[in-house]
Amino acid sequence: MSATLGLIVPGRPHPLLAPEQSPGWQRLRDGFERARKTLQDSDADLLVLYSTHWPSVIGHQIQADPNPTWTHVDEEFHELGSIPYSFNIDAAFAETYRDCAEARGLHARTVNYHGFPIDTGTIVALKLLDPDNRIPATVVSSNMYADRAETLVLGKAARDAADKMGKKAAFISVTALSNRMWTEWIDAADDRVSSDKDDEWNRKLLEFLDAGRLEDASQLMRTFTREANADSKGKAFWWLAAAMGQDNGYAGKVHAYEGLWGTGAAVVELIPDANAAQDQEFDEDDVDVYGGDRNVLSGSPSGSPAPQSPSPATPVAVPDPTGVRTDAAPKPVGPYPHARLSGDFLFVSGMGPRQPGTDAIPGGPVRDADGEPLDYDVAAQTRATIENIKTVLEAAGSSLAAVVDITCFLIDMDRDFATFNAVYREYFEKNGPTRTTLEVRALPTPIAVELKAVAKAP
Amino acid sequence: MAGRIVAGVLAPHPPHLVYAENPPQNEPRAECGWETLRWGYERLRKSLEPRDYDVIVVHSPHWKTVVGHHFLGLPHFASKSVDPIFPNLFRFNYDLNVDVELSQAIADEAKAGGLTTKMMTNPEFRVDYGTIISCHLANPAWDKPIVAISSNRAHYYFSNEVGQTEQLALGQATARAIEKSGKRALLLASNSLSHRHFTEEGELPEDMSNEHIYHHGQYLWDMHALKLMREGRIREFLDEMPDFIEQSVSECKEGSLTWLFGALGIPTYPAEVHAYGTVIGTGNAVVEWDPSRAAVEAK
Repeated sequence: MSATLGLIVPGRPHPLLAPEQSPGWQRLRDGFERARKTLQDSDADLLVLYSTHWPSVIGHQIQADPNPTWTHVDEEFHELGSIPYSFNIDAAFAETYRDCAEARGLHARTVNYHGFPIDTGTIVALKLLDPDNRIPATVVSSNMYADRAETLVLGKAARDAADKMGKKAAFISVTALSNRMWTEWIDAADDRVSSDKDDEWNRKLLEFLDAGRLEDASQLMRTFTREANADSKGKAFWWLAAAMGQDNGYAGKVHAYEGLWGTGAAVVELIPDANAAQDQEFDEDDVDVYGGDRNVLSGSPSGSPAPQSPSPATPVAVPDPTGVRTDAAPKPVGPYPHARLSGDFLFVSGMGPRQPGTDAIPGGPVRDADGEPLDYDVAAQTRATIENIKTVLEAAGSSLAAVVDITCFLIDMDRDFATFNAVYREYFEKNGPTRTTLEVRALPTPIAVELKAVAKAP
Repeated sequence: MAGRIVAGVLAPHPPHLVYAENPPQNEPRAECGWETLRWGYERLRKSLEPRDYDVIVVHSPHWKTVVGHHFLGLPHFASKSVDPIFPNLFRFNYDLNVDVELSQAIADEAKAGGLTTKMMTNPEFRVDYGTIISCHLANPAWDKPIVAISSNRAHYYFSNEVGQTEQLALGQATARAIEKSGKRALLLASNSLSHRHFTEEGELPEDMSNEHIYHHGQYLWDMHALKLMREGRIREFLDEMPDFIEQSVSECKEGSLTWLFGALGIPTYPAEVHAYGTVIGTGNAVVEWDPSRAAVEAK
């Protein structure tokens, strides 16, 4: 598990430079301090930040200067004073993150230039969360054109990189919630969220986070952005959810929530907690590989170089040292890989007949949209299911010949077993894998057959 | 003697143009690139030669503020400006002087007109790269003091129309302060036109075989805007500006060009288009308004 901790923190400089000017800013500072202690007590050996204060245009930029040193002044709140900084950046991780992002189809590059203007949000977060530079860090930019799918892929790439390097990462999103600032000078002591509507939306979002429901919060951001002027359309939440594993399995804690120059500012921690897993909505926007331009003006113009994208027919094994995911197999209906390597064995997740890309079911579904039973062809479903398993095995460098054990699930043993068995025999010899066949009441999608396989490691 | 604006210029700030010029202040080196626009700036400089001026007043979209309009408020700044988006192209060691007196006068005039203002007096402040690039390309000798004004973006919470109204008022305040100051000022609006970027960059940034407009729709909008400028139809352009901004993702959203139009009194005389070209897919033009032509047109 690469994610040891998730944090959401605001990036404006007031809690760092002038907490004494406002009770709310002081409470945010206190919240930062509690988050710092959580971080200190964790086993995190890497900080990966996504800051909405660092916009990018050319793909995704990742900080790789091992020791960026400067004196920063915020362009808006310059009267609060200067912030000298000197940070400890994990340049090797930055390079790995870039490679993992590119492996997922993103355009990414590292930056390592003396005097590069590290953004206010990153500086505030690092100064308050790790003031002694105890834990190496890096930060990735917020691409102004990236949509939700692209940002999810960027988050997954962060997780890939941490997995690849065996890091226990704290993933940190530097972002406001609602982002409507005061446009006139105010008395700091009177600061609050600039509208009651935004405040109510912020509190709804924080309810989710306090319950550890990060993936639900990520999905809520589409609505939140429309209603509460989210900071950078909520990208920092998308990135964090993807980096942490796209689930709701966290112990959440809101350390502070205040108005910060009119914006909604919260310090939130999320600690992975197996006991906290809850139901989650299937995410129809989820993708594993970025495959094209951002479609801001009705798609890529004619004559312009078309971004390279993997062919849907080509299995794409993404960088995950043990997990296997491929676009050539049907998309999982939950937070799990198609297969996982462990020790001498490759474990393939339960697989049905759905077709990759379309989710069409060969042989037809077993029930209609109203739940009424339909006639279906179990032979076609069985054949498609085994072909899907074959695809996953091949994406992992294995094959059906390496399978040693299969568990079969049928929803109607009396009706389907004989036909199922006949098709099964087309693929496996008598002395093939061991097998167990069970009847179950239902499967997650309207299918009649699902198989789970274990193969020898490739 | 009353002060006056000697010229107003749409002076875009792609760092690529400075990169391709290879000035000693900039660390990266280039082989060539974006000559059409760079030669346009050359023509601008020749056009300005006969008209002496005391100060450059620049409005830059890369000094982003929400709480009012900010002005550099100390006489001297020197540091290194690194473009956070194109750090591979622009790492520029600058050393510039500020006309604090005029800076304060414009801020006061704007405040008197009901706008929110702030003087920036932190000596460690890093001047934004938009300001530096536009000033460098208009005056590479750096022998004139500048007044630098931030781009207020409170309109993101309201509408383009609200933003335009505010920038027109700021421009008018700028003109009033210049007139009262007795100084001759060159005004620079540091904006691109259409502003949808390519999101990837070739191995060699100055490889011009990669350079073209991002989208034909952007080009049509840019040409329409330039036609209105060349025909002195700025009132019409301002009426259409919110649509231009929305449909071409124009950087004019940040208000520099509208500020310039306000300062120039919404010109009805033709502008001189010194160049139009694209930079990483965005549309850019170097365009000059010579207020002395207003009198000629009036006759």
